[in-house]
Amino acid sequence: MKQTRGEKVFTLFNLLFLGVLSFVALYPFIYTLSLSLSTAAEAARDGFHLYPREVSVTAYRMILNNREILVGYGNTVLRTVVGTALTLIFTCLCAYPLSRKDMPLRRVFMLMIILTMLFDGGLIPNYLLRKNLGLLNNRLVYILPYILAAFNIIVVKNFFQQVPEALAEAARIDGAGEFRTLWQIYVPLSKPVLATVALWTAVMHWNMWFDAMVFVTDNNKQVMQTFLQRIVIDSSTEMAERGLINPDVTQFTPETVKAATIIVTILPMLALYPFVQRYFVKGIQLGGVKE
Amino acid sequence: MKYTSRPSLWRQVARKRELLYMFLPCLLIIFTFRYLPLGGLLIAFKDFRMELGILSSPWCGWDNFRALFGSEDFPRALRNTLVISFLRLGFGFCAPIILALLINEVRLRRYARFVQTSTYLPHFFSWVVLGGMFLMIFSQRGPMNQLLSLVGVGPVDFMTNDAWFITTLIATGIWQGVGYGAIIYLAALAGIDPTLYEAATVDGAGRWRQTLHITLPCLQPTIVVLLILALGRILNSGFDQIYNLYNPMVYDCSDILGTYVLRRLISMDFGLATAAGLFKSVVGLILVVAVNSFAKKVSDGEHGIW
Repeated sequence: MKQTRGEKVFTLFNLLFLGVLSFVALYPFIYTLSLSLSTAAEAARDGFHLYPREVSVTAYRMILNNREILVGYGNTVLRTVVGTALTLIFTCLCAYPLSRKDMPLRRVFMLMIILTMLFDGGLIPNYLLRKNLGLLNNRLVYILPYILAAFNIIVVKNFFQQVPEALAEAARIDGAGEFRTLWQIYVPLSKPVLATVALWTAVMHWNMWFDAMVFVTDNNKQVMQTFLQRIVIDSSTEMAERGLINPDVTQFTPETVKAATIIVTILPMLALYPFVQRYFVKGIQLGGVKE
Repeated sequence: MKYTSRPSLWRQVARKRELLYMFLPCLLIIFTFRYLPLGGLLIAFKDFRMELGILSSPWCGWDNFRALFGSEDFPRALRNTLVISFLRLGFGFCAPIILALLINEVRLRRYARFVQTSTYLPHFFSWVVLGGMFLMIFSQRGPMNQLLSLVGVGPVDFMTNDAWFITTLIATGIWQGVGYGAIIYLAALAGIDPTLYEAATVDGAGRWRQTLHITLPCLQPTIVVLLILALGRILNSGFDQIYNLYNPMVYDCSDILGTYVLRRLISMDFGLATAAGLFKSVVGLILVVAVNSFAKKVSDGEHGIW
């Protein structure tokens, strides 16, 4: 295809512009990583900190020796693993009957689930519900409310409906019950959509901080995000109290510790992102499929 | 015995017992966490006392709502929410469309994927993380002010000056969401019939004309759906972001409905907080329904989310 001169100029500027945009998107991460690996003196220097000129891992050493952060990390990993596993199991259990045309009251149940996307009780009713169920200051508050989400159910249900009926029929003739048909026919055929749901759920759990802040006061049950919030957003005196910085040791500046805590929090996601990113993209396209 | 075309409900239930066994625990979870809280909305019309519980607390009619609109901070929170939301919509809504169109013009597949992957990245992190980064980057001696000082401007008080704080909110909001939004449009772009472009090329239309007369009309349904959804969220002006970036210096312009409700929870004003939350949900629902039916009317039933 021949390009006019105007189109060539446009192509060039477009490539340049998108390059700059990508850099802007990545820069905060580069800056934080560079700061976290800097010595205090280097971190205090003016500049853009694209890479650490004087490398030091002391900030990381401090964090990894801090008990509270390890506790928070443990709780975050726990809620992510358990929460995601339960979401997968129950989303399948919920989507399978709804995908079957012979399910009694199917339309009513479907409507009930779709309606949950349109409204929400709000903070106070949700707070009182958790209080009455004994979920305040209980790690289950991180798990139970998130097991089923309407969007996940609909996406998985639509996928199940594309599984050829003949396969399920054959399994039934061979004497398989509904649970077995679901587990041995539907689940293996739906791995891509289940992977997408698992990733959405895992990212949601990893990032969630609001429920921990509002519903949990016990420090042993806090998650990583709330500790990060206290360290990064609150003042540095907070960090001195936490034993993260010792005012006598001028080797550390708060900035390096803040940056290192951020990096430690996002590292698992940052490391996995290039590999799992395509599942997210696929998921958005799945979500576009209308019922 | 007479055959009916549909077995009775009880016969159906008996046969489908196994399916129901699967479904019932799920129903219980959905009912508990999605429908039970709706009962709590009664608090909006009650003089709620913790020791009496929701049902036994005395009714008080619209008192809570009257108190809300008569107070000083609720109207302020409502105004701030609307201002921030409309600024986001005005400056941010087109950004993902433009980004998707620009990425779509890139013929080097790998470069396009790199741009897509990196602009999409910020979407995956919480505002605790992003807020922490931006508090450092936009600080007095942070890199943003360093950059401005190169062109002889500043230092700018991004976090403590009202106007600059709102600007920072809008800009970082676009920064976080633009890549994610672009992917939705790119999926729609991939679905456009390539023969349309071939025909246009034969007719002598350049890339600009093709964008204007083929790409944009094909994107229109997606744009309408996303606009409806955005208008439905107009009273949610980004609680996570604001809560993690704001400070007492800018409360006047950045105290929104979300932060108002949270503050009322902490001060145990349950009636006011529930009324504020209910107001927000109902207005949001009305907006979605209204905009949807409007979109359907002007497009003869073609567009809309249902």
